Amino acid sequence: MSEPRKIGVFICHCGGNISDYVDVEAVRATVEQEPDVALARTTMFACSDASQQEMIEAIHKEGLDGMVVASCSPKLHLYTFRGVADRAELNPYRYVQANVREQCSWSHREDRAGATQKATAIVRAGIAKAAASESLENFRVETLPAVLVIGAGVAGMRAAISLADLGLAVHLIERAEHPGGNLRTFGATFPNNRSGSELIQTLLEEIQQRETITLYTGAEVIERSGSAGTFRVTVRLSNAETITVPVGAVIVATGFDSYTPAEGEYGYGLPGVVTLPEFRRILDESNADGQSSAGPITVGGRPIKTIAYIYCVGSREAEDENRTYCSRYCCTATVHTALLVNARDPSVNQYHLYRDMRTYGKYELLFEQASRQGSVFVRWDPDQPPEVRGGGKRLLVSAADVLDGGDRMEIPVDLTVLVTGMVPSANEALVDTLKLPLGKTGFLNEIHTKLRPVETVINGVMIAGAAQGPKTISESVASSLAAVTKSAGLLLKGYVDLEPFVARVDAARCTGCDECLTACPYEALQKITIDGRDVVQAIPSLCKGGGACVPSCPEEAIDLMGYTNQQITSMIDAFAREVEYA
Amino acid sequence: MPEAHIARTGPRILVFSTNPISDPGIDLVGSAHMRYQPGVVTIPVPCSSGIRPSWLLHAIEAGFDGVFIAADGGDCAFVPDCTTRTAKIVDTAQKLLTEHGHDPQRIKMAAICSVCAEPFVNHMEKFSAALEALEV
Repeated sequence: MSEPRKIGVFICHCGGNISDYVDVEAVRATVEQEPDVALARTTMFACSDASQQEMIEAIHKEGLDGMVVASCSPKLHLYTFRGVADRAELNPYRYVQANVREQCSWSHREDRAGATQKATAIVRAGIAKAAASESLENFRVETLPAVLVIGAGVAGMRAAISLADLGLAVHLIERAEHPGGNLRTFGATFPNNRSGSELIQTLLEEIQQRETITLYTGAEVIERSGSAGTFRVTVRLSNAETITVPVGAVIVATGFDSYTPAEGEYGYGLPGVVTLPEFRRILDESNADGQSSAGPITVGGRPIKTIAYIYCVGSREAEDENRTYCSRYCCTATVHTALLVNARDPSVNQYHLYRDMRTYGKYELLFEQASRQGSVFVRWDPDQPPEVRGGGKRLLVSAADVLDGGDRMEIPVDLTVLVTGMVPSANEALVDTLKLPLGKTGFLNEIHTKLRPVETVINGVMIAGAAQGPKTISESVASSLAAVTKSAGLLLKGYVDLEPFVARVDAARCTGCDECLTACPYEALQKITIDGRDVVQAIPSLCKGGGACVPSCPEEAIDLMGYTNQQITSMIDAFAREVEYA
Repeated sequence: MPEAHIARTGPRILVFSTNPISDPGIDLVGSAHMRYQPGVVTIPVPCSSGIRPSWLLHAIEAGFDGVFIAADGGDCAFVPDCTTRTAKIVDTAQKLLTEHGHDPQRIKMAAICSVCAEPFVNHMEKFSAALEALEV
């Protein structure tokens, strides 16, 4: 038996995300007894700077030769803690992340005993893996200085321009016939009344000035292969031809659709009941310069003198679990629309039937301005939603004002505007082709809402704009520029360091039977002669690290680094041991 | 003795998941506030086509009641015929189990995608029930 390892174990409370459901102190005291463990500590937030510093000091002070952090999914912080090991001059591949949050505390919230027992087993398996780990070095692969941007709305177009200015070639593809997305024909936008169609036109001119951007309209992604730095994406063009573009990264900026109310939802379908986007089209089309020209507003030939806006239509729905969210842009968009209406015809009466007014940040000024101009705000409760009735010449909208004792008021109006939020755009084929991760509401999902907000679990694939969730134009552009930065960060160096998890053949056990040669589709295994014996050798630069060759070997002579036979079997043994608390 | 020390109930299942595909799917169970029994533990590997059949036998002999391979299915980025390869591994492992006097039904495989939280929970429920039936 060799000397015991000196492994440091850090068990994270994650605030309470772990420790509310797992007795982390019991886990710590138990795993501390493992022969290979030199120290075991708990920490409030393992990912905090202070905690990382503590780990670095412990590695130096105790001379640790392995580390386990029991915290969240490795999808979040594997690289954080590998980085910690690296900064402490501990080989990063002697670090093992034990997932005790997503796969333990959060999955067993009602079973503290079971969760604690399982967490202990997970940490022990991590220790077993770390104990069987060895130092490994990365492999370097050259990256392609090109990015595929999917969706030519404001987010995708803005991304394309910035990528080109950083020296990266851009393939910008748009499913529709014209670029521009939701803003293409849009009039005045908040907060500065700049017209959406003008914004798009400006971006389009910028794109046309850059030779390194290629715009394809009427085009769709149909296939993706390769990995971060060296993707190959097949695109079907409008003329039905297909092309394959080699790119290092992909930015998905596919935008949103507006919620369409059901027939009869707040009177939708009655003459004079329209959604906010429909009303904006009516305003924009009747108004060539998009904003302040004066004159009465008419809809279908009828003059509009009184408008009711019903907020939160299709948003914040308790009953429909896909639409529980707030679309965040609509309150501001509606008060801004009221300002546009007032500029056109100050005699129009405007009633805003709202649940909560979320004109956040600087947009609060627009709300104030609308109030000063005479817009009336009526707050309703979801238990008593407004009702819209037709029949006569005008519509009758009734609402119980919760700020006025809950008395129901009836407002005869010429137009009812349903303030509809954003829903995910219909992109099933793209989501399937790229294997994009979706959140519960159907929008694209980032790795970490705060720390990695534009990256996805698919290395090299970023998300931008409202494809990720409801966003204003400014927020969409901010996220698109973040996606540009992450893509450029990946590609401008010119190489990526690939993880060293490649196949290794034990030449002493190899009989040269060739079984593995047919198992590998990448020709990463080659026959060589050592001391007159034919044996197989793995070529690290060709190996993709899937491990398909591993079970093909009748001699069990192939190991995948990081997942060796010794590591996996010792993890199984560690998991199988009964947990008895220290 | 900590309050947590209570005997585990239900079958013990070892899941082999895959880093790019099924492990995020199993993560999502927790993120989405769903649940399965804590007797289920996971070893993530890069691809389900790289699992040694001997590991499955090893798990059963070490005391697990069942082994579930959360396979990549058609989403695999490593090998296009991942499902066929993984099925072959399951087949070999089942034969190994039979040779060693274990019921081959202790091994199960299903494709679990990166957002397949609910299917995973359903598979765990069904597999647990099947394993409990075996033990009678």
